[in-house]
Amino acid sequence: MIALIDFGAGNLKSVANALNDFRAEYIITNKSDEINSADKIIFPGVGEAASAMNKLTDKNIAEVIKSTSKPLLGICLGMQLLATFSEERNTKCLDIIQSVVKQFDKSKVKVPHMGWNKAEFYNRAKLFTDVESGEYFYFANSYYLPITEYTIASTNYDVFFSAAINKNNFYGVQFHPEKSGKAGLQILRNFIELC
Amino acid sequence: MLCKRIIPCLDVKDGIVVKGTNFIDLKEAGSAIELAERYYNEGADELVFLDITATLENRKTLIELVEEVSKVIRIPFTVGGGISNIEDIEKLLNTGADKVSLNSSIVKNPNLISSASKSFGSQAIVAAVDSKTTGSLHKVFIKGGTEETELETISWCKKVEELGAGEILLTSMNKDGTKSGYDIELLRYLSSELTIPIIASGGAGKKAHFLEAFTKANVDACLAAGLFHYKELDISDLKNYLYQNKINVRL
Repeated sequence: MIALIDFGAGNLKSVANALNDFRAEYIITNKSDEINSADKIIFPGVGEAASAMNKLTDKNIAEVIKSTSKPLLGICLGMQLLATFSEERNTKCLDIIQSVVKQFDKSKVKVPHMGWNKAEFYNRAKLFTDVESGEYFYFANSYYLPITEYTIASTNYDVFFSAAINKNNFYGVQFHPEKSGKAGLQILRNFIELC
Repeated sequence: MLCKRIIPCLDVKDGIVVKGTNFIDLKEAGSAIELAERYYNEGADELVFLDITATLENRKTLIELVEEVSKVIRIPFTVGGGISNIEDIEKLLNTGADKVSLNSSIVKNPNLISSASKSFGSQAIVAAVDSKTTGSLHKVFIKGGTEETELETISWCKKVEELGAGEILLTSMNKDGTKSGYDIELLRYLSSELTIPIIASGGAGKKAHFLEAFTKANVDACLAAGLFHYKELDISDLKNYLYQNKINVRL
């Protein structure tokens, strides 16, 4: 059973639809006990970091995420919130990945970074099984997690940033696997079946 | 490097896709779901659905459409037409749409852009601007192009960017349906003035028009409707052509 965390800042329907494509069993929940009893956790997020962190704290989900030993996949803002801090409204985040989320430089590139871009894989992580390095994924982000020691894939947009990360049981993708055609679906499937 | 995007637009009336010329004279083009699926398989980068009836009675139909579409395609899509408040936006995004396109409502209430982008992120908010040029003057029109406003196109686009829109969908009413090419001059100027992505709309008639919009006007995405609906142009052919002409597209 997969827990799809609903904290009021995610495009849950699209992730749920993608999970339906390969008949994964999931529950959409914001309850700590349901999240804790799931085998895997998907943590999607869109919108703005500060209000998302407030919602996570209000609903007592922040602690659940920090302390979980289950495989967890953060998507988009969900990945960024795994960092220590975000420059988006100077928000203290979950501090699982010790890094600071930064904004793209508007004087150099159009912001948001919106559309399809390549992700170059650093290794053959399980998350990337049957997906080629250099595949295109759909991104929609104004902020980015820099390259860290936990980066497993990078994307270039003015700077190289983390397209995917992995630290122990924590995984994250900056792109939207649920909106990235076949390659994106394969990544979701890999998380569910292999990670 | 970020790819240039090709976006088919589906003008929808009661679940059926229609396409007009210069904003009038509607012609049926088929079921919205079937077309959406076809475009997804042909390699469209995104889709846009515009509810052109956009009445209160049709709101439910639009939600149902979004729900059905999100079941069959795995690429992002935008929904627009008659969206006038935060509740509408929330409902459409929660049903599976990735972005909403706002047009008449933000002219009447520009603060809707800032409140919506705060709630849902600027990436979810597309400002649709219908512009008509008379002489050297570009004016913004609303209500499906039927009502002229006092707003000048370029300053309005700058304003929506300031307020937090994540993209601008600029439709040239002079060019729409004419197949004579995008409004390169206006788009080029806008692209140099703004820092958010611009989607070109209105006037696509052949492959070279897309190439021109990317190379000469530096737009981020090109939108077209009838050209794709009636199979005058296949999306994968178009993208191959662009690729051969050194445009970075997703093949």
